[in-house]
Amino acid sequence: MSGTATVARKRAAGKTLLEPTGKETAGKYQAPKLEIPVTPERDHIEGLVNASLTLVEYGDYQCPYCGAAYPEVKKVQKELGFELRFVFRNFPLTNIHEHAMSAAETAEAASAQGNFWPMHDFLYEHQATLGDSIVALGHAKKLGLDTQRFEREIARHVYQKRIKDDFMGGVRSGVNGTPTFYVNGVRHNEDAIAKALIEALTQTKK
Amino acid sequence: MRKLQNKNAAQKSRRQPLKTKRIVKTLDSVLAPGKLAPNFSLNSTPDQKVSLSDFRGQPVILAFYPADWSPVCTDQLSLYAMVMPEFKKFNAELLAISVDNIWSHLAFVKDRKLNFPVLADFEPKGSISRRYGAYKEKIGESARALFVIDDKGIIRWSHLSPDGINPGADGILSALENLTTAQVNARS
Repeated sequence: MSGTATVARKRAAGKTLLEPTGKETAGKYQAPKLEIPVTPERDHIEGLVNASLTLVEYGDYQCPYCGAAYPEVKKVQKELGFELRFVFRNFPLTNIHEHAMSAAETAEAASAQGNFWPMHDFLYEHQATLGDSIVALGHAKKLGLDTQRFEREIARHVYQKRIKDDFMGGVRSGVNGTPTFYVNGVRHNEDAIAKALIEALTQTKK
Repeated sequence: MRKLQNKNAAQKSRRQPLKTKRIVKTLDSVLAPGKLAPNFSLNSTPDQKVSLSDFRGQPVILAFYPADWSPVCTDQLSLYAMVMPEFKKFNAELLAISVDNIWSHLAFVKDRKLNFPVLADFEPKGSISRRYGAYKEKIGESARALFVIDDKGIIRWSHLSPDGINPGADGILSALENLTTAQVNARS
């Protein structure tokens, strides 16, 4: 479509990519690797803990591109089923998203009561309501959480250190914006859409 | 918008075929570690210039990037603004450079809450980027090239990202760590 494709750009799920020309990269480029290994005791894992394929997302609850990637991940999970474990780590871009930290704290507070994924999904499905703590509290009630504890832990920023640790671990692994995905331990530089993720996951299967 | 611009750029480059026999440098030529970093003096505001030599005695990170206003959540400089406290642990300064003009930079810095100087390699266009081997002649933008320069002005690490791949901050942090280790070893 664009001849030499020197300046062909793709835009999907919010990531603008210039296609490498090959000449400029000269085969030297290696995508960054996930520096913080997946740890079942610490990580939020959806799927079988010892599944053969691993998809890690560093995400921000307020990021519209993460919101767009959310249903894509669901498609990947549906397609790969038991073969896949999906890991979510926090990467709140607090300088541009004022509600990103409190949303991450909300999910972590739910996690402390065994309900990370229901809250994680709720937050992405109700991105427009972030910042209105009543909405998340309502969902916490619906999930049957101890809401006093839930509210107290958010107010006292009990999980902020963990979230910041996630963030710095992401930085060390080469997270370059949100969402950033790692496919079987290597940063996914392609589009954050189901087709590209499934392709990458199954291609790098060991 | 960018997509449109780039489509235009692609069309333009097709319209100017082989007649213009300009030598286009491949970008394998970013300045390598061990070389003295060329000095420069570029505007950070309409009436304020920043020189590399101002920072002699401390590490400097140079981040050349293609253009202001890339999509927010994947923006390299927004990420660096958040990682700034980590860079500061090494007493490092970060200078970002693109060919955008100073008014674009000022609006960009304000919008993205950037906490470091963003310099305009605007006139003569791209001249400093070229000196670092970080200029893309065909599209008239700086490449995504990173340099870590030590306290004596020597380049200790350089990195060229493939087109469109935001390099993140991991390489910079590792380079700063290596710099510190090397300095400790040199002293002992």
